[in-house]
Amino acid sequence: MRHRSLLVLTTVITTGALTLTACGSRDGGDSKDNGGGKKTTVVIGVDAPLTGSLSALGQGIKNSVDLAAKTANKNNEVPGIEFKVEALDDQAVPASGQANATKLVGNKDVLGVVGPLNSGVAQQMQGVFNSANLAQVSPANTNPALSQGDNWGKGEFKRGFKTYFRTAATDVVQGKFAAQYLFKDAGKKKVFIVDDKQTYGAGLAAIFAEEFKKLGGEVVGTDHVTVKETDFSSTADKVKTSGADSVYFGGQYPEGGLLADQIKKTGANVPLMGGDGIQDPAFISASGEANEGDLATSIGYPVEKLDTAKKFIEDYKAEGYKDPYAAYGGYSYDAGWAVIQAVKAAVAANGGKLPTDARAKVVEALGKVSFEGVTGKVAFDEYGDTTNKQLTVYKVEGGKWVDVKSDTFNQ
Amino acid sequence: MHELPQQLANGLALGALYGLIAIGYTMVYGIVQLINFAHGEIFMIGGFGALTAYAILPTGTSLLIAIPVMIVGGAICSVAVACAAERFAYRPLRSAPRLAPLITAIGLSIALQQLVWQFYPDAKKAVSFPEFKGAAFKITDSLAIQRADLFVLILAPLCMLALGVFVQKSRSGRAMQATAQDPDTAKLMGINTDRIIVMAFAIGAAFAAVAAVAYGLDKGQINFEMGFILGLKAFTAAVLGGIGNIYGAMVGGVVLGLAEALSIAYIEDIPGMSQLGGGAWSNVWAFVLLIVVLLVRPQGLLGERVADRA
Repeated sequence: MRHRSLLVLTTVITTGALTLTACGSRDGGDSKDNGGGKKTTVVIGVDAPLTGSLSALGQGIKNSVDLAAKTANKNNEVPGIEFKVEALDDQAVPASGQANATKLVGNKDVLGVVGPLNSGVAQQMQGVFNSANLAQVSPANTNPALSQGDNWGKGEFKRGFKTYFRTAATDVVQGKFAAQYLFKDAGKKKVFIVDDKQTYGAGLAAIFAEEFKKLGGEVVGTDHVTVKETDFSSTADKVKTSGADSVYFGGQYPEGGLLADQIKKTGANVPLMGGDGIQDPAFISASGEANEGDLATSIGYPVEKLDTAKKFIEDYKAEGYKDPYAAYGGYSYDAGWAVIQAVKAAVAANGGKLPTDARAKVVEALGKVSFEGVTGKVAFDEYGDTTNKQLTVYKVEGGKWVDVKSDTFNQ
Repeated sequence: MHELPQQLANGLALGALYGLIAIGYTMVYGIVQLINFAHGEIFMIGGFGALTAYAILPTGTSLLIAIPVMIVGGAICSVAVACAAERFAYRPLRSAPRLAPLITAIGLSIALQQLVWQFYPDAKKAVSFPEFKGAAFKITDSLAIQRADLFVLILAPLCMLALGVFVQKSRSGRAMQATAQDPDTAKLMGINTDRIIVMAFAIGAAFAAVAAVAYGLDKGQINFEMGFILGLKAFTAAVLGGIGNIYGAMVGGVVLGLAEALSIAYIEDIPGMSQLGGGAWSNVWAFVLLIVVLLVRPQGLLGERVADRA
């Protein structure tokens, strides 16, 4: 009896951990031909969390890429090519992302992949795609190391994976922008920093902290929270007693919303600021306490305000997707469109037919892509990062994210 | 140390919540020696049941009236699901090797999560739950107790008291003790053990529903995944207090809650330990505590006194 409970405990915990990682892929696309004649099928893979607490963002990514493919087919963007989308669910779990990457690589019709949402997932996928020479464009990854190598912080930039591209600006840009806004525009001098220990959250918080200190601000305390936990009241009380006038949170909206709420409940009337991970309606709607005054940076100008995005929004509505395009819809559409443009260039260079080494040619063409997209000009620099460094600060006003400052970031 | 009372209050409230859920693990284990891994999801369904009950009430109903309705609504849902799980998933496996029901429970846990995710409107992300209006009660300058924390701190001991009286005094409670002690003999003495087992599941589920309402009122939101981590913690609390012992569940919960709150606040103040403190390490310290307790008292804090467990 005595040993049993320990044994059972370990069993349960291990299996619990396994269930988190094991239930991954769900077959989204069908690869069979419509029999529409001689058109060659090119599949654009999508990897994003389609279920789980980040599914609001993942579904937006999937639908936006789907819209890009449909638009290309309708306009006959690449003559002789029919685009299809195969969407796989990674549940924001790195191991699932890797399994999905292997699956996409195995389908020879896949010439480009849009995704994933999470930087931590991307880390596990890059190697798989690189060895298969399959292009990957993430609409949402912001961790600098993904494109600039692990030593980017020391000023050594080295592109690790030639197949990796992204339409999202990195956390270097975002973290610094946030620090400058909080220090200069909002006039906050004492910040308490919390992160969720994930690749994205911890990275962003570190960049923010460095810039905030450089500007002359003071970091009065730090703490970490665990993803999927919900009781942060002890951390919230630490924020209160630290005397901070603001909180910076590196992480995603499920924990961010709860943390902001619980900090307000302690009576500490300080705004919480975060990155694009918390800039979601769910951040506000999920917790009852008012989030008024909380801040978030997000990449790009607000999609609703860009002239280039109007058509995207109209088309998205017309398609009648069940979920909204969410924070990364525009970037996902652009990422999908970049893949389509790369396929177009590869086909054009090969006399109107898909080249035999299509994947390599698409990677090559992707580096040279340049077009006016939903979110502005889409092009990639020598690391595969977007050349578009526009950022916006959003503030919760009247229960909604309202943009308060948009700017182009230059160091 | 001026924040100590506050951290104790946080830990107590969290621990009371763990304890309420842990009752479900410990009752079922005490009687059928099954770790009902789906209990975290029973808790989650209690929360969604309560929310549904709230949605049915006319808008603007005072929370004082709404809360009892929500508890009843949540309990109806969670008890129904727990009884159905017992009847259709666990009872057919009662004489099977021990691993079979355990794996079934894990499967059930995933299935219930996905069902809610799929079919409850808007449950794909966190959904809002009514909250207490008004500020926290200020006891002293450095101690403020949230209304929802007060709610769980009052309700949990009341529930425990009721359960204790029920198990000790009532006919069914004694039948429950007898079944826990020796199911075969209990059956020979004319006790309908199947009914007793269902009752154990139902009581655990009702407590989980109370916990879910307290949780929702505190956090202002519930989501389909919330049972997973909380279930794991509550199970830990049950083991810590001595699985099979109902008072142990509450004691284990409170100890675990306090350990988490205090480790977040104070470990980093110990010289040389600043890297090992804060929220990142609270689970580690909670489990270190569990291991230490199990090394010294393998039967848990309140032991597994066979005659008493129910």
